[in-house]
This record gives sequence, C-alpha cells and structure tokens, in this order.
Amino acid sequence: MSDNSLNNLPGGFKGMSQDMGSDQTAFKGVQWGKVMMWIFLLSDTFIFSCFLISYMKGRASTVVDWPNTSEVFSLHVNGVPVPLLLIAIMTFVLITSSGTMALAVKYGYEKNRKMCGWLILATAIGGLTFVGMQVFEWSKLIHEGVRPWENPFGAKQFGSFFFMITGFHGTHVSIGVIFLFIYARKVFRGDFDNGKRGFFTTMKSDYVAIEILGLYWHFVDLVWVFIFAFFYLW
Amino acid sequence: MDKIENKETVASTHKIGIYLWIWGLLFVLSFFSYMVDWFQFQGLLRWTLILIFMFLKAGLIMAFFMHLFWERYALVNVLLWPMTAIACFIGLMAAEAKYTVFTRLLYFFIGG
Repeated sequence: MSDNSLNNLPGGFKGMSQDMGSDQTAFKGVQWGKVMMWIFLLSDTFIFSCFLISYMKGRASTVVDWPNTSEVFSLHVNGVPVPLLLIAIMTFVLITSSGTMALAVKYGYEKNRKMCGWLILATAIGGLTFVGMQVFEWSKLIHEGVRPWENPFGAKQFGSFFFMITGFHGTHVSIGVIFLFIYARKVFRGDFDNGKRGFFTTMKSDYVAIEILGLYWHFVDLVWVFIFAFFYLW
Repeated sequence: MDKIENKETVASTHKIGIYLWIWGLLFVLSFFSYMVDWFQFQGLLRWTLILIFMFLKAGLIMAFFMHLFWERYALVNVLLWPMTAIACFIGLMAAEAKYTVFTRLLYFFIGG
C-alpha cells in the first residue's frame, strides 16, 4: 500500500537506483514480511516453472500422440459431453476467491474488521470448493485408469505430469485455505485492531499480514492461470 | 467512510471500483480462454489466443490484486527480471525437446 512519506522520493528508475543505493532499506514503504513473502513467491515461481518446462519438454519430445485434454477432462451433462466443464468452473471459483481476497485486503487496511473477516472466510470457502472439485477430478481420472506411469488416452507421460503439477498446485491451495481460516479467526477476534502479539512472534499484529496472506493467495490463482493455459487448453 | 478518518494510522487504500473492474475483466478473459476450447480453434490461432489471454490475466492479477502497479520500481524490478532466466530456460528446453524427438524418430522408426 502506498505510504504518504514516499511521495517526496523520486519514482521510476531514478527512484530505483536511489532506493538501492540508500541506507538501511532498499524496499521503501514495504514491510519486511511482505518482502519475504515476495521472495518466497519468486522461488515458488521457479519451482512451478520447472514443472511446466519439464511438461513442455516431455510433451514436445514424445513420439506418441498426447491425450486430447478437452475430451479427457469433459463432463457429461444429461448425457452430452461438455469439454473442460469442471476445469472452467474451477477457474471461475478460484478467480472469485481471488477477488474476495483483494477486497479483504482493502477492508483490512480500512480497519473494517467484520467485512475483512467475512471476505477472508468467503475466500477460504472458495478455496475449499476448488480443492473439493480437484479431488473429484482426480478420483474420476484414477477411476478411468490414469496412473503416473500409464493412461488409456495416449502418451504415458501425461499421468505423471498431471498428478505432479495439479497435485503441487492443490497442495498450495490447501495450505492457503488453512491459513485463511486461521487469519479469519484472528481478524474476527480483533488481533489486528488491538495489536495482539502473535503465537510465534513478539511483534504486534498488523493488517499488513492480510496483504501478505493475500499475496500468497493471488499467487496460487496466478499459477492456476498458467496451468489452465498450458496443461488444459494447449 | 467517516469512521476511518479518526484512526491515527490509516494507509491510503484504493477505491473499490478498481478491484471490481479487474475482477470483472478476469472473468471475461477466463470466459474467452474457455471459448478458445469451446469453438475448437486449432493451430497457431489457438496458441496465440491462449497466450494473449493468459498474459493479460496474469498481468492484471500481478499489477492490481498483488499491488505491483503501485509498488516502487526497486521491488518490481527485483521480482520481474528473474523471469528472463525462466524465458531462457524455456528456450533451451524447447531446443532440447526438438533434438530428442528428432533422435527418437530417427532411431525408433527410420533406424539410424
């Protein structure tokens, strides 16, 4: 969030070189926890990139036809197969939860405790819905005979990439949901209004924690954008 | 909100409209990417559309939901420049994949 004391500093690249060369703080106006979250997310970006790049390499180098994802991931509605229906719904659920999270951060900074808490709770429920649908999708594919080492639709590598990439993403969502519930409780209890000290730290709670949580949640949504594009649509 | 202005530490927040706009745009873009599959566009058109919608969505999420648009360049540049390493890696592995599939075709089917 923009801090009024930063308005006197030059912006753009001039500001960047000045910030980097200045005393003590390179990332001005950014709380240290937020910098740490960003650096974690950067490293996580590299992990997901490695998965997606290995998927690209595996798919591009196999001489067997790749399974047609719009058929593999279709759902039957009244007997008619609708391509990628579940995946599309999952995408919309995750974007919805990302939107509620963005609003939760806004209301947090405005110290609107109730709105912030309810929006975090809504985000958590969105995440839970997403994980639930992913469990459904996994069990459906496992039932159809997809394994990390084989599948009835085509190239054998399909299964291992599918379980690895969506599984790793689903783990991120699940961890995010746990943290969302914890932080919803903290918000409702008023920890961020009265500056209660946390369980693991002696530092006072602050609504910036909600923005940091939000960064993680938006990142999970961001990764899904890439998985949706490369794994399901490509 | 009159209540907020009484508090001593109020960070300036962004108007709710901008979040709702971005939210709406993300919905529309997701709908468009789904339509790419729905209408079964193939080949170069499909890949181009998928990439355009993907980068637009990713850009909107990072710029506005993750507030990078409002952050100072010191942070933004530290986060975005490492992506060039990923781009290099993609290029290397794409070339490697081409070579692998070439050797597989050669030895499995033609018999080098």
